[in-house]
Amino acid sequence: MRIAVIGGGPAGLYFGLLMRKADPSHQVTVYERNAPDATFGWGVVFSEETLGALRDADRVTFDAITDSWARWSAIDVKYGGETIRSRGHVFSGTSRKGLLQILQDRCRDVGVELRFEVDVAPDALPDADLVVAADGVNSAIRRARPSVFGTREHVHGTKYAWFGTDLVFKAFTFIFRENEHGLFQVHAYPFDARTSTFIVECPEEVWQRAGLDLAGEEDSIRYCQQLFAEDLAGHSLLSNRSSWVSFVTLRNESWHDGAVVLVGDAAHTAHFTIGSGTKLAMEDAISLAEWLERYPRELERALTFYELDRQPMVERFQQAALESAAYFENVRRYAGLEPIQFASNLLTRSGRITHLELERRDPPFVAAVDSWFAGRPEGSVAPPPHLVPLRSRGVTLGNRVVRWPTGEDDAKDGKPSASLAIRLLDAARSGAGLVLTELVAVSPEGRITPGTPGLWDDRHAQAWREIVERLHQETDARVALLLGHSGRRGATRPRREGTDRPLREGGWELVSASPIPYTERSQIPKELDEAGLSKVLDDFRRAAERAERVGFDVLEVHVGHGYLPASFLSPLTNVRTDRYGGGPEERLRFPLEVFDAVRAAWGKDRAVGVALTATDWTSQGTLPQEAVATVRTLKERGCDYVHILAGHTVPWDRPEYGRLYLVPHSDRIRNEAGIATLVGGNVTTSDEMNTILAAGRADLCVFDPPPGDPRGGSFVYAPSS
Amino acid sequence: MRVGIGLPSTVPGGAGRPSLEWARRADRGPFSSLGVLDRVVYESLDPLLALAAAAAVTSRVRLVTMVVVGPIRATAVLAKQAASLDALSGGRLVLGLSIGARLDDYDAPQISRRGRGGRLSHQLLELPECWERGRIGPGTTASKGPEVLVGGLSGESFARMARWSDGYVHGGGPPRAFAGAASKARAAWRDHGRPGRPQLWGQGYFALGDQDTVERGAAYLRDYYSFTGPFAEKVAAANLTTPQAIIDFIRGYEDAGCDELVLLPTVAEPDQVDRLAGVLASL
Repeated sequence: MRIAVIGGGPAGLYFGLLMRKADPSHQVTVYERNAPDATFGWGVVFSEETLGALRDADRVTFDAITDSWARWSAIDVKYGGETIRSRGHVFSGTSRKGLLQILQDRCRDVGVELRFEVDVAPDALPDADLVVAADGVNSAIRRARPSVFGTREHVHGTKYAWFGTDLVFKAFTFIFRENEHGLFQVHAYPFDARTSTFIVECPEEVWQRAGLDLAGEEDSIRYCQQLFAEDLAGHSLLSNRSSWVSFVTLRNESWHDGAVVLVGDAAHTAHFTIGSGTKLAMEDAISLAEWLERYPRELERALTFYELDRQPMVERFQQAALESAAYFENVRRYAGLEPIQFASNLLTRSGRITHLELERRDPPFVAAVDSWFAGRPEGSVAPPPHLVPLRSRGVTLGNRVVRWPTGEDDAKDGKPSASLAIRLLDAARSGAGLVLTELVAVSPEGRITPGTPGLWDDRHAQAWREIVERLHQETDARVALLLGHSGRRGATRPRREGTDRPLREGGWELVSASPIPYTERSQIPKELDEAGLSKVLDDFRRAAERAERVGFDVLEVHVGHGYLPASFLSPLTNVRTDRYGGGPEERLRFPLEVFDAVRAAWGKDRAVGVALTATDWTSQGTLPQEAVATVRTLKERGCDYVHILAGHTVPWDRPEYGRLYLVPHSDRIRNEAGIATLVGGNVTTSDEMNTILAAGRADLCVFDPPPGDPRGGSFVYAPSS
Repeated sequence: MRVGIGLPSTVPGGAGRPSLEWARRADRGPFSSLGVLDRVVYESLDPLLALAAAAAVTSRVRLVTMVVVGPIRATAVLAKQAASLDALSGGRLVLGLSIGARLDDYDAPQISRRGRGGRLSHQLLELPECWERGRIGPGTTASKGPEVLVGGLSGESFARMARWSDGYVHGGGPPRAFAGAASKARAAWRDHGRPGRPQLWGQGYFALGDQDTVERGAAYLRDYYSFTGPFAEKVAAANLTTPQAIIDFIRGYEDAGCDELVLLPTVAEPDQVDRLAGVLASL
């Protein structure tokens, strides 16, 4: 096979030598635009796993790399005047220049033809059976046919510069430093006995405030040396075409077109904060060489299997890299965290390292985190974060696990059914610290379906008292009441038939912020007038009074999911022109009145939370920063925690149901508004709860065990003594 | 997990009477359902007509559309057809709906592509109304109408599924891809406060036999998916062509929580039914 490799970086060279090694009858030529010793950048990082793959693919290269590498197993986080060290993260670094030298030498040994200072134009590709585009993120070959490859690019909102330094760090080191311009962070790691990579990153607006947009290379170095003087301890920063750039995450739907195939950065990039560019590139080379060896006469098949093999792997890294990048873009948010929690949050930022994985790598670190989280002295035996009690006012929850059983619309005239009681009891017996009811209506017209339970009548209170007393007697769980009013989403059929299907008969007149029906089939709700508003307030107040007499431990007001209070919050459902409509403050007025009424009626010694829509999941709805402002106001009024919800404001929203999909909203609201949060959204394992809690992304988790997990309550419990 | 089989209604040589022989054999076999695909601009059978014919020659298997492209059909007519199929089959219809993947399937019947997601939502809201009121008869076996599934991979699709249907129908791929979609389907279901859990249906392609059979299967998939560009080659490469590959696939789907997996043919010979039955017998 005649193979032309365009680009003499790690992917191209490694692929070339692997092909020659596998079959010396292949003719392989590598075309590189630059001279053999021209390279920019400093060190590259490999994990143990990657090194294993490199050893298996070509022992000679592996030995040469490992002769000169730097190895470390610790990550240092320098933040808030402290250095927190976590161990057990085994990485190896080597200089990019050295790596290229090794690969070039090895290529020559096995008979790969290397042609330097040759520019290959995309419309004049060499005559070959296979053309490998290893020409980097700005690949001219890929750019010549963007529609074929389905290229998508995402430009990140921070600026970074890739410096070197003659300070040899002892660990992979994250440094956070703030000055009058803003917060800067450094990603530094050693790569040989004399040098370290030193990447400086900051948000674009900080970069501009610091004047770095106009600074030359010398000025930039001077600025950073001064800022990080303490960390550099007299060592200097080194430059090598180190200009400020924005990282671009590149994706391609297809990685090949006929006999042209993309590898490495030409095919994909992953943000440098997880340090995987060279690793992915060299793994691409291994995979591509293997598939070509397996199907030597079926090029299309080999290239297809190469893609099938590599794309899912790369996508997982890209997802992790995006989450990591988002962390660094918003890192200011975490300035209030204690250093140990800050470090825990940083280490688990990308989703690849969880609390459990961190414990596997560094048991003492996790022991320290867990002790700190449990408020015990260092060196004590502490429960994992999800089993740590939480106190709010006079209420103490035994742990951070919340169970929130789905309603089955089986109440009769608002009176909770026996099976509802059993669902709550099952949830409490699973050991959760808090059990949250389904939405309980403050009035008959506040029901979602005829089977929605209520608390507008003393007979309801009696039934609830029996339930709550039984839960208190038989379990250690605290019980939270979710109080709400369906608004324009009322008078619908039981949800086993779907949501928001209007009742054919036996319906009632709906009310909302504005006369906009929920679906085209829904009744047009009546816009609440002053009298109607005060009746709703009265209903909430009376229900809260009853709830206190019933003995609920916690009260949560439902200001989400497009129900009545939430319909005032969103501009999509509130077009009022009175003092309850208009800007964010006016739209918040009625939900606040509801909250105040409930707070006043509810004991000062008991916690009140708000279930709140953090985003409408549409571009025209409530903005995330508005939700943060709302929560700040609620906190001032005595709200103790926020239960994070999203969407349902309108039935045409665009939700995202990915992994832990509500956690980013919880993270933002908790750390920007400084309030405790309760978060669910596909939280299905103890490890996920521990990771979320230890990192300070929430304080309580709604736990939904996967199907078949006995904690889900699908089995019969032995009666408690 | 139940395992169903597809009709060769889109496969060369299968879009006609061979589909009937195929249906008869499937009804005798270990299969729980017969699945069909929907394409307008292709040499294929109409999915609802194909299932109507299958209903006449079967008595046991459920009849599932994976899927019918909803928005290109008038809702009342679709309701009528589904009710008819439900009546003819004695309540064996499972109606999978989605917006489909091909834009030319909208252009040919001169239906606007714009707003097709919203139209599908509207249909999901309206279909039970048609069935329940009984004005658009015949009356269905269950008063709420046949079971309805929704497909698609966007957040909106999962929400639509959770709001207005009985479960999710996945569009195919390795078990890992199904597991990801199933997790989203369950999350959406929970998020919408639906009691219980969604029915989860999966699908995969197979061809069992000699090299020629395997090649013809791959060629069909390349052609059927040619509109996806280079993706077609990946679908063809993923075709299940050995008993072990099918067994691994079935186990992977089972582990991912699939309720019913339908294996779709890529060649039309009815002996494929028997070959697949043989593989299932070895499980």
